[in-house]
Amino acid sequence: MGDEEGVDKSRRVVFVTVGTTSFDALVKAVDSENVKKELLVKGYTHLLIQMGRGSYVPTKSEGEGSLVVDYFTFSSSIADHLRSASLVISHAGSGSIFETLRLRKPLIVVVNEDLMDNHQSELADELANRKHLYCASPQTLHQTISDMDLNSLLPYTPGDATPVANHINRFLGFPDD
Amino acid sequence: MEKGNGCCFSSVSSSAILSSVAFVVILIFVRVLYVIYCSGRPLNKRSSKPVSTLIILGSGGHTAEMLNLLAMLQKDRFYPRFYIAAATDNMSLQKALLLENSLASETGTVVAETAQFMKVYRSREVGQSYITSVWTTLIATVHALWLMIKIRPEVILCNGPGTCIPLCVIAFIFKVLGIRWSSIFYVESIARVRRLSLSGLLLYKLWMADQLFVQWPQLKQQYPRATYVGRLM
Repeated sequence: MGDEEGVDKSRRVVFVTVGTTSFDALVKAVDSENVKKELLVKGYTHLLIQMGRGSYVPTKSEGEGSLVVDYFTFSSSIADHLRSASLVISHAGSGSIFETLRLRKPLIVVVNEDLMDNHQSELADELANRKHLYCASPQTLHQTISDMDLNSLLPYTPGDATPVANHINRFLGFPDD
Repeated sequence: MEKGNGCCFSSVSSSAILSSVAFVVILIFVRVLYVIYCSGRPLNKRSSKPVSTLIILGSGGHTAEMLNLLAMLQKDRFYPRFYIAAATDNMSLQKALLLENSLASETGTVVAETAQFMKVYRSREVGQSYITSVWTTLIATVHALWLMIKIRPEVILCNGPGTCIPLCVIAFIFKVLGIRWSSIFYVESIARVRRLSLSGLLLYKLWMADQLFVQWPQLKQQYPRATYVGRLM
């Protein structure tokens, strides 16, 4: 996993995304020395944080001897950032998760424990059980990064809306395609 | 004596009213059961006539999943298409418009002829207190009623956002009253693995969706009347 064609091999970017939400706990965790240290140990060079509506602002860094850290709030499409990343750390939104899995990028999903009725963790847990990604909390993120073996992750085969479409068509009496 | 006659008269008319009301209630009850029974079965027709379709969009992942499904449906069968999104949701209608625009340029048609885009007031914002939600739900329901009277779709596609409940309830009432028969298809979001969302649960328990689709086998086990269709994303 992790297609790095066309990317400068000495540049390994960790892309963090919270989507349209506010997820200060994740941004703080990623900006902590613990996590940054583990990322360095694993050979990452850059940390790019998409912080969304959060209020915690990470510290930029030029990176002499440490990670190069940068951040932004939103962008109309994070597809390019995902494509050029070597590791993605994302909130548990299904859009982010599947966009990343479709691009076959290694993914750590961090569930926001402050959300009421946290159904998002169901999806993250299920996909982690099926070994498509790693799941962590903001507190355990550094441990997950330290223990992770990205080669053990299985690629995710995208789903297919054809069965539903066929069902709907047949129900309505339309001839099969 | 007048008083005596008055008493007799009012007791006769009140029992007549009571039995009329009881009769109407039973009638409606039977009609509702009949509608539920018919809704669960495929339509009786075998034709290729296009069906007017209402597509209810929700924020973020909901819209992505819905557009994914729409891509698989033959557009000349589901036509004209009415897109409804919550009033505070700016992105979903834009995404739908993009889809329709590219479709129109491919087929050489005009978007305005095949698709319409509308906003509906939300019953409840995320995090809104349940008490004020009663009032906003009422307003949203009246607005939804107005839109549904205009659209009267034959097919409704929805996949989870709270926006869909007032619209589906009204569609069900239209069915019961014989105003319009809408086939309601609900696709539970892929993010729901072990439990149905509130919208899904309501439609399931009240037998209001013609077909309720789930994307994970665990849900099919828990809710046997649902249809398991695998993952869409």
